Amino acid sequence: MSALPASSALLAFVLLLIAPLTIAGVAFLNTGLGRARSAAQALVGSIALAALAAILFVAFGSALATGPGLAFHLAGKPWNLFGSGVFFACGLASQPIEAQLGLLFELFAVALTVLLPWGSGADRLRLAAGACIAALYALVLFPLAAHWSWDTGWMAALGTNFGLGAGFIDPGGSGSIHVLGGFGALAVVWITGPRHGKFPKEGLSTAMPGHNVVYVLFGCLVSLVGWMAWNAAGALLWLHAPLTQLPQTVLNTVLSATAALAVTFTVTNIRFGKPDASLSANGWMAGLVASSASAAVIAPIAALFVGIIAGLVTPLLVELFELALSVDDPSGAIAVHMVAGLWGLLAAGLFSGGPGQLLAQLIGIAVLLGFFLPLVYFLLLGLNRLVPFRADYDSERIGMDLSELGGNAYPEFVMHRDDSYR
Amino acid sequence: MKFAGLLVLPAGCFLALAAIVLFADSLERTAFVLCGLAVEALGLGVAIRGHMPARSGGRR
Repeated sequence: MSALPASSALLAFVLLLIAPLTIAGVAFLNTGLGRARSAAQALVGSIALAALAAILFVAFGSALATGPGLAFHLAGKPWNLFGSGVFFACGLASQPIEAQLGLLFELFAVALTVLLPWGSGADRLRLAAGACIAALYALVLFPLAAHWSWDTGWMAALGTNFGLGAGFIDPGGSGSIHVLGGFGALAVVWITGPRHGKFPKEGLSTAMPGHNVVYVLFGCLVSLVGWMAWNAAGALLWLHAPLTQLPQTVLNTVLSATAALAVTFTVTNIRFGKPDASLSANGWMAGLVASSASAAVIAPIAALFVGIIAGLVTPLLVELFELALSVDDPSGAIAVHMVAGLWGLLAAGLFSGGPGQLLAQLIGIAVLLGFFLPLVYFLLLGLNRLVPFRADYDSERIGMDLSELGGNAYPEFVMHRDDSYR
Repeated sequence: MKFAGLLVLPAGCFLALAAIVLFADSLERTAFVLCGLAVEALGLGVAIRGHMPARSGGRR
């Protein structure tokens, strides 16, 4: 890791103090997109899981994610697969400043990653299961992905070892945060199955809209602030971008999100006769996710295009997943984080350099899909045997708030009868 | 069916990795990597199909 100038280090530190707003935004989205009877569990779960992931990552996971790493040689090239850091961040204060800031970045990143499967399991995923999933992510899955793509790992070194552009580029974490978390969301949805009554044996799927679209939209706005800081900090830390490049990184982040929102707004207006607030929020988030990999390395016009594609594809995918594939994903994390994350990685290759860079990005995508998706799925499948993911029928019927926390988020509200439970 | 698709995914990944180890030419590398991604797309499709719940009547 080459030395980071003092001014860049100071700015990266300040940006990292703002970046956790992204975590707050996603927590609000998870809460608003679930049902009222599970709102408190969704929000307190988001906070608890982020806290657990942060502790476990600093204590153990960071050893696998940071440090010069352990490499084996194949075909005359080093393949750096595992970090060789220390447990409990021992001696952190004596480390170079970029190593300290890198750990801080990864700490917030793992806290964000674990919120994605949690949001997709809304209304039926038990808190204990969510905690175990978060632990798995903090200890094994995220550290591996982070080391490979950010630190001194073999994917980041594809440029120096195999002449593929600048190696795998993902400064904001489209791959190691959003795609990886999206895989967890997909696995959780597959393993837990849909909410009761979501897909009746016959007829159309039951609409179960989010209970508070104001939370959702507030989450989007909060996320934007965090995301701008996140992408700029990532550019400083992982690409060693000069300070003069940061305004464009932030501009691209905003352009990608706003273009995505405008397109989703239009698409839903055409599809349903009126714009859909919740899907528009998903489009906004998809634009932000796609910008994570690409904002620091592409031109503003390309960022606009990235956002347009993200905004076009997201509402169609959300509909496809629900209506055609019977996937019950309340937070839309699979379309918003997994698919838009993959698109962001591809876009970074398409618009940032020559064919070598594109190939590096494609290899990164192939590794994410071919290695991490099966790994996440089978680990979570095994975990489900030990700690059942799904709440029982009665818990789901009365709501996760009452069954897991003993009290509702909105105690004054009269609970509506739910036709899907008849 | 459920697991078959997911077990196909690593095969695509190995194809992509083999490309950069075995070939120096960028065209051959790209072709191999794209083949790997195609295999992964196939595996993902099978996995998604395998996880779809059975619904009589289906969509209208």
